[in-house]
Amino acid sequence: MNLLHISWKNLKDKPLTSFLSILLMSLGIAIISLLLLVGKQLEEKFTRNIQGIDMVLGAKGSPLQLILAAVYQIDSPTGNIKMEEAMRFTRNPMVQSAIPLSMGDSYQGYRIIGTTPKYIEHFQGEFEQGKTFENALEIVVGAKVARNLGLKVGDSFASQHGYDGEGDHHEESKFKVVGVLKQSNSVLDQVLITPLESVWAVHEHHEAEEAGKGANALKLLTEDEHSEQGEEHHEDEKEITAMLVKFRNPAMGMMISRSINENSTMQTATPAIEMNRLFALMGVGIDTLKLIALVIIIVSGISVFVSLYNSLKERKYEMALMLSMGASRTKLFLLLLSEGLIISVIGYVLGILLSRLGLGVMAQNVEQNFHYDFGVLSLLTEELWLLAGALIIGLLAAAIPSLGIYKIDISRTLADD
Amino acid sequence: MIATQQLTFAYPTQSNVPTKQFTFPDFSCADGETMLILGKSGRGKTTFLHLMALLLKPTGGSIQIHNQEISHFDSAQAAAFRAANVGIIYQKPHFVHSLSVLDNLLLANYLANKSLAKEKAQHLAESLGFADHLAKKTTQLSQGEQQRVSIARALMNNASVILADEPTSNLDDDNCLRVIDLLKTQTSEIGASLVVVTHDQRLKDVFEKHLYL
Repeated sequence: MNLLHISWKNLKDKPLTSFLSILLMSLGIAIISLLLLVGKQLEEKFTRNIQGIDMVLGAKGSPLQLILAAVYQIDSPTGNIKMEEAMRFTRNPMVQSAIPLSMGDSYQGYRIIGTTPKYIEHFQGEFEQGKTFENALEIVVGAKVARNLGLKVGDSFASQHGYDGEGDHHEESKFKVVGVLKQSNSVLDQVLITPLESVWAVHEHHEAEEAGKGANALKLLTEDEHSEQGEEHHEDEKEITAMLVKFRNPAMGMMISRSINENSTMQTATPAIEMNRLFALMGVGIDTLKLIALVIIIVSGISVFVSLYNSLKERKYEMALMLSMGASRTKLFLLLLSEGLIISVIGYVLGILLSRLGLGVMAQNVEQNFHYDFGVLSLLTEELWLLAGALIIGLLAAAIPSLGIYKIDISRTLADD
Repeated sequence: MIATQQLTFAYPTQSNVPTKQFTFPDFSCADGETMLILGKSGRGKTTFLHLMALLLKPTGGSIQIHNQEISHFDSAQAAAFRAANVGIIYQKPHFVHSLSVLDNLLLANYLANKSLAKEKAQHLAESLGFADHLAKKTTQLSQGEQQRVSIARALMNNASVILADEPTSNLDDDNCLRVIDLLKTQTSEIGASLVVVTHDQRLKDVFEKHLYL
């Protein structure tokens, strides 16, 4: 027998009251911990993916959308830009590297990105098997895509137009898997990467086919004219979706950026600025939720306070009895204190478990919609502070009513009843 | 052994209430002896018992238990001494509500910082006839059973003095005699002095030595 044993029995003796206090505590902890986890993971994912990208060049539209589409591969692209026009700016000596991206097709819901091998290098992709692409219609598969779709080197498949998985199949030109990437925890994991030429090739076929189906003489005529004008013209018409740019000196980049925005049909977006704006927007919501969670934790403290206060009145004789049996007042004070602490600790543990459960459910949802995954992390440093906070609230809530122990008149209490 | 000499006590003065001064007669009760202290309500029976149990500090006079003068003990000393040497049985059997009968008995050991005597608890439960109830909550027991449990609790630490405050006033005649009989047998078994304060006239014939307040 020890104090903890007695306090535990006391808590079990009032299951509903204890349950309510624990429930409130764990809810508050769970909400805060979930917010911390999601915030942490989002921030990690989001900052890892914008490393080394100073500017994104794309069609005019929402700059945030451009970043989400071109960098994170979670939003629809703003539109296409002419390859030639983009190259004109990126030939500037201030540009250290420029990676063109052409998007629009997908395979089983995972995006296919037409680009150059530099894209894989940029995200430090390493090969699990196979090698990088060299020719059109060769494709490299991200770790998660390979895992979820069971793709391996040598497989071939036809892509779909659009992202919803319901677009037309480009049956006539099949992609051949030449490489599978290792997990890199970057955007590479959730995409398929192929040379720009593949995307162009697939869509040329597509256009030709559609034209043929239409059997429209006039259209056939223009089609002919088109091809007569030769390859060179065609090269100019090549379109891409966006260009990821790294400057030699980011400050100088601002000038290029301004000139592009003013003098062309394209726009530029700075990932860091857009993400800060996004986080600032989300931050208001997160702060509000944290405040609500804090209030719930405090209410839990009040619930511990009230239940101990009431039970101390009921248990006054019990306390006097234990005092008469040789217990010191400090011992009984600690007994009551540990009741508050037990509630805090159980509430904390349940809250942390609950937040992991919540994250798991959320992750599945997010994964289905965006192919973004959240790993369940070990305890965050902030969560240790949360434990300290929970213990302090439990202690305070228990200590205030428990001080009454020091005022009990043993003889009178025993004689009165 | 317990003895008192010229014991006096006054409750702390409260406004508008005249202070009542108690003076108690001298008495002594040797090891293995029993003593019945009788008195009407308001004569300070419970106060006398609480003084002997060191729950109250006397304003004058002296108390010896085991030939040790204890009237000057401060509250911490008193608590430790009481836990080790004095077993108290109250008018209404009170327990720690959340604990089982067995745990309530062992609590006496724990609070006196002694090792838990499970076998003794089992033995007492058998002698006092509640061995089947050890795992139950105390509230599931009848009044008579509860009073027997509180006797067992008072005996758990092999006290040298057992003090009982109206132990039978809530019991019917059958239970009353049974409880007193058990109380006497059990105290004599451990060789302790038994002091009972009561207004219960039924007990007069059961005790040899009487003291009237």
